[in-house]
Amino acid sequence: MARETLTKPGLVLEDTERLAQDELRRLRRLPLWQVRLRLLGRSLAAQWRLFAEQPIGLIGLAIIVCFGLFAVLHPLLMGRVWPRAIYDPIIGYDPAFPSHPVGPSAAHWLGTDPLGRDVLSQLMFGTGSAFTLGITAALVTVLIGTTVGAVAGYFGGAIDTFLMRLADLVIILPFIVILIVLGALFELNLFTLAVVIGILGGFGGTAIVIKSQALTVKVRAYIEAARVAGGGHGHIILRHIIPNLLPLSFLYMMFGVTEAIAAEATLSFFGLLDVRMSWGLMIHTANTAGYLLNFSTWWLILPAGLSITLLSAAFYFVGRAMDEVVNPRLRRR
Amino acid sequence: MLRYILGRTLQMVLTFGLFVVLTYVLLEAQPGDYSQTFIDNPRLTPAQREALERNFGLDEPPHVRFTKYIGNLLRGDLGISYQYYPKPVTEVIAERAPRTLVLFITSTIVSFYVGFLAGKILAWQRGRALEYVITLGGATLFTVFLPWFALLMLWLFAYTLDWFPIGKFISPQLWRTAPVEANVVFNNLLLTAFVGSVVMLAITVATRRRTPRIRTLARWGGFALLLGVTVAVWAWSGLGPYATDMLWHIILPVLTLTLVNFAGTMLLTRNSMLETLREDYITTARAKGLPERVIRDRHAARNALLPVVTTLVFALATALGGGIITENIFSWPGMGEALLISAQTSDIPTAMGCVLVVGILALVAHLVVDVLYAFLDPRIRYA
Repeated sequence: MARETLTKPGLVLEDTERLAQDELRRLRRLPLWQVRLRLLGRSLAAQWRLFAEQPIGLIGLAIIVCFGLFAVLHPLLMGRVWPRAIYDPIIGYDPAFPSHPVGPSAAHWLGTDPLGRDVLSQLMFGTGSAFTLGITAALVTVLIGTTVGAVAGYFGGAIDTFLMRLADLVIILPFIVILIVLGALFELNLFTLAVVIGILGGFGGTAIVIKSQALTVKVRAYIEAARVAGGGHGHIILRHIIPNLLPLSFLYMMFGVTEAIAAEATLSFFGLLDVRMSWGLMIHTANTAGYLLNFSTWWLILPAGLSITLLSAAFYFVGRAMDEVVNPRLRRR
Repeated sequence: MLRYILGRTLQMVLTFGLFVVLTYVLLEAQPGDYSQTFIDNPRLTPAQREALERNFGLDEPPHVRFTKYIGNLLRGDLGISYQYYPKPVTEVIAERAPRTLVLFITSTIVSFYVGFLAGKILAWQRGRALEYVITLGGATLFTVFLPWFALLMLWLFAYTLDWFPIGKFISPQLWRTAPVEANVVFNNLLLTAFVGSVVMLAITVATRRRTPRIRTLARWGGFALLLGVTVAVWAWSGLGPYATDMLWHIILPVLTLTLVNFAGTMLLTRNSMLETLREDYITTARAKGLPERVIRDRHAARNALLPVVTTLVFALATALGGGIITENIFSWPGMGEALLISAQTSDIPTAMGCVLVVGILALVAHLVVDVLYAFLDPRIRYA
């Protein structure tokens, strides 16, 4: 076991060279998984240092964490502080006021909507929806994009041509137009929408970028070595190519979240989506009740719109900062 | 280069074929075929129902229907709109497409130009506070929730400051006594813009090899002359006030779209510039003692432009989609508005027609960018 540690080709030898002799000896006694864990930890720490150099990434991360807390807080408040009949984001109604919407007050920090529901509660509930949708869509995007990119890059030929033409088509067409038509043809809810966005994103731009990365990975010496050692196509793609594509995939996941949140908000704003409550739907409610261009009732539109913008911007910021970590050409030497 | 352009065109045709097949599959996959709305009417007799089915071609197998679909499409027959019955979809789109096109082209050109300039400066400001402020602001605009942002623009410029009208295409009070239809004025405006750009392009190309002084003089002089002639012609035709009214209505949507779209180009230009600045010829230019401005504009920006144009393809789709959202907020009666209303009222022929035309528009725009790229990249130009 101990000898095997240093002879494994997958291990980065450069790193072990840098270790002091005694540490090396100690390392040899460790099982393989612990060594891998340490190397992983070290590379993560190095990447974090690069990431932390970017104020924009830190701002984005801070915003995401804030929204995360915001989402977690909602069930707690609903359970302990807010009576369900008044503050429920979907069926709540405050009978204390004769007519709604009312402006911000001590009872309703962000006022109520035209149906008498608490805006703050809706906003917090919508945060959860936005996260769920964004992350589901991004996961589907990355899953499909990485697979398509790896397969197209590895096999080339007719498969590559077909997949890349398809990708061309997906990126040429305006995303929102396709979604509007899909919304007209099919009943879309939050989950199906996330999957559709994920599929469109996965077969589109993400696949192209990941394929070009897969092409550079494919010609490396260790792929040759794996093939000589008798590794099949599946083994090489799964164990050697995809792990090397993952940093890039993760980066595109961030951009995927941005796109998904904006798309969902736009569709529910236009009323083409079957969702219970989301940020876009809040603006849609204000619209159908005729408050869209009535700027004195700002609390109906401003908080939701600002939240959509902030959260998708935050994921975009993190993505950009990660871009400088993953893509060494941009780094300042 | 001709070969490159021909190859690109062929690829576009293939992609369009794939697109048409996909739209057909979508229509087929729709739960409850849209013709069912008519066939399921309980007051119909079985004979009437059969006749209707025959009319819709529903009694035929899918592959026959598919060839019919393609045939109709190629003949420009997109069916009849439910919403504007009995107008054919082609007519509805023909009326609205130019308006969408104007919004799209103007905002794309303006935002690309502004974005490229800003990106150039941004790369030069690397590491300074200004860079972070612009990047942060640009990225926020890039990811802003467009319907909401458009509303904010309306609130600021139309409601509070009252500089621009709140949405719509024309002011009805002014047009009540107008001698011609709005579309005539609009098409003439389009023609003016087209002729103007061709003349400006000709002047630019003709003076390309002259000294900088003559070049600047000719370009600005030509521009002033062109502007004077245009204003004079419009004033003479008596349609001046109507044209101004239209221009007054278009400014705010274009401004909104530009603000949202320029950041993408800006951030790309910045990255591309940073990569270019690493090249040896930049060091050489510095060593020659050239002024910073010349290095930036002549040596770095020229070469940084190429990858930016490549990625303009992504921006095209975003701009087109953004235009469709913007149209709806500003009640701009273009194709985006038609698409959304028909989607909301289940007017499937119009919705599919709009999608097809938007697809064609996107493909053509893509082709234009490809040709532009061929002109910009000497490796393709001289190949």
